[in-house]
Amino acid sequence: MRKADSTHQSDIVARVALRRGENAAAILEISGRWLRDARIEPVERILTELEAQSVKRLTIRPDGLEAWDSRLPCYLLKIADYCVAKAIELDIGALPQGVRDLLALARAVPERSGARRHQERASLLVNIGTRVLGLIKDSRLLIVFVGELILAVWAALRGRARFRLLDLFIFVQDAGPNGFAIVSLISLLVGLILAFVGALQLAMFGAQIYIADLVALGTVREMGPLMTAIIMSGRTGAAYAAQLGTMNVNSEIDALKTMGISPMAFLVIPRMLALVLMMPLLTLYADLMGIVGGAAVSYGAFDVSLIQYYHEIAKAVDIADVAVGFCKSLVFAVLIAIAGCMRGMACGRSASAVGDAATAAVVDSIVYIVVSDSLITLVLNQLKI
Amino acid sequence: MTAAHITVEHLTMAYGDFVIQRDLNFTIGRGEVFIVMGGSGCGKSTLLKHLIGLQQPAKGEVFYDKQNFWSADAEQRLQVMRRIGVLYQSGALFSSLTLAENIALPLGEFTALTKAEIADMVSYKLALVGLAGFEDYYPAEISGGMQKRAGLARAMALDPEILFFDEPSAGLDPVSARLLDDLIISLRDTLGTTIVAVTHELASIFAIGTDSVFLDSDSKTMLATGNPKQLLAESEDPRIIQFLTRGQGRGGR
Repeated sequence: MRKADSTHQSDIVARVALRRGENAAAILEISGRWLRDARIEPVERILTELEAQSVKRLTIRPDGLEAWDSRLPCYLLKIADYCVAKAIELDIGALPQGVRDLLALARAVPERSGARRHQERASLLVNIGTRVLGLIKDSRLLIVFVGELILAVWAALRGRARFRLLDLFIFVQDAGPNGFAIVSLISLLVGLILAFVGALQLAMFGAQIYIADLVALGTVREMGPLMTAIIMSGRTGAAYAAQLGTMNVNSEIDALKTMGISPMAFLVIPRMLALVLMMPLLTLYADLMGIVGGAAVSYGAFDVSLIQYYHEIAKAVDIADVAVGFCKSLVFAVLIAIAGCMRGMACGRSASAVGDAATAAVVDSIVYIVVSDSLITLVLNQLKI
Repeated sequence: MTAAHITVEHLTMAYGDFVIQRDLNFTIGRGEVFIVMGGSGCGKSTLLKHLIGLQQPAKGEVFYDKQNFWSADAEQRLQVMRRIGVLYQSGALFSSLTLAENIALPLGEFTALTKAEIADMVSYKLALVGLAGFEDYYPAEISGGMQKRAGLARAMALDPEILFFDEPSAGLDPVSARLLDDLIISLRDTLGTTIVAVTHELASIFAIGTDSVFLDSDSKTMLATGNPKQLLAESEDPRIIQFLTRGQGRGGR
């Protein structure tokens, strides 16, 4: 008995009627078309009626049953379960063979005890506690990861690292040259913005020439490393988390471990190395682009000649400033690699977990970057560098 | 022979210029358990993709009843696809949804059932595959065999007329594989579902198959169709006998 067609949705009528018999017996008559889109009386109503009449024996009988699909056994299963629970004698002998078979099949494997979960709304206190425990777990994860990383780096420094050089080149290509365009655009624009914001104020005192100082120092010490790091955390950090996360889902990381290859050395070190190699270069390039952006504004809108601009910069920026930016970018590179790789390695085993890992990697690395930048700036300020 | 449910005519499958199989002709009867068999890499799964609308044939036709599947417009093809259910090799459950939500998804999209009715239907389908009580589990929390059965429950959600199985018993222990076979048979018997299974599991092939097609990767075409038991008894082709006897020849050695 297959469903014929489901075009006349609302015309499909499935009927069910409970008739009382003698001696607490009852007959449930089933008729009509029990198809997917049929409107059927809620089964709960039948159950309450059974309860109200304190039925002890129930016979289910088809009476003009025209067609049926899963709706019928699904419906009857609820009634059958109720009968078992209330010790009601149930007779389904008159039903079509297929329905009886399906009902038997549905209860062939008993529900595993303890399998069912009861969802409870957790109280505020429980939620806070869970969050705190999660934070503790996360920081533990970070400490363990950093520890393993340090050991792996130590091994690598002693020449015992096992990763493929080709991988390193691919990561370098990906982290460096492939990120060129976006870094150019962003740092050029940041230089422009910096120059504009500063110039409007400086122009009030007729001190437009100091745009150069502002842009150069701001870019070389702060904005260059910072913007590059934020771009790279979104571009590369997230990619690392997704790559490692997917590898984790496919058990590839387990495969490495069982081969006796440290995932830390094989997967994390080349990625971190690529970032450590490329980030300072990208940062220097970003500094240059920022200064070019500033030059465009001061030359174009504020009548500062390019020669003047150049001399002012040469006076303002010394090698220490460049070194500060350079060192910052090294720190950021390590932080981005740690955030991305750690989230990837700790990824759960589902598609959504990979997405979560990538998101967490970006959030983590931006937090690490900004916090460490503030710390470095504070320290340098105290040291008067 | 029962009425034809799916008819394949002169089907040639290719990835670009690389031909997988050419000139396939066979008919899948209503209510049959049809096995697509052949060695690894002969294009069994590719054939399945052509049948369920994931890949377009390079040449040839696929008919569902009398309707030409690939020359139909997208809307008609969707209509056909809504009448089939597919169990993918690893279950292909949506990992961000619980089992109940996985099964409820097609029910919510394509039927007019109320929430309570959908919940009942989900419990019923899970019970059918022996997973009663596992509604609120995520796919990652259950074993591979259970994932497969949950995938079957989802494939059956809309009471499809045809169920496709890609390697149903791969990755299952013999007992679970046997249970799955029994389940397939009872679905066919009770609901009259046509079953198409891609497999090279000999035990399953003989246990459930009522009709089959044998694909060969060297000649890039089909070698035979028919009941697998009959093929084993009557086929003259050494390649088929090799396959059906695990390389031991008829009667074993």
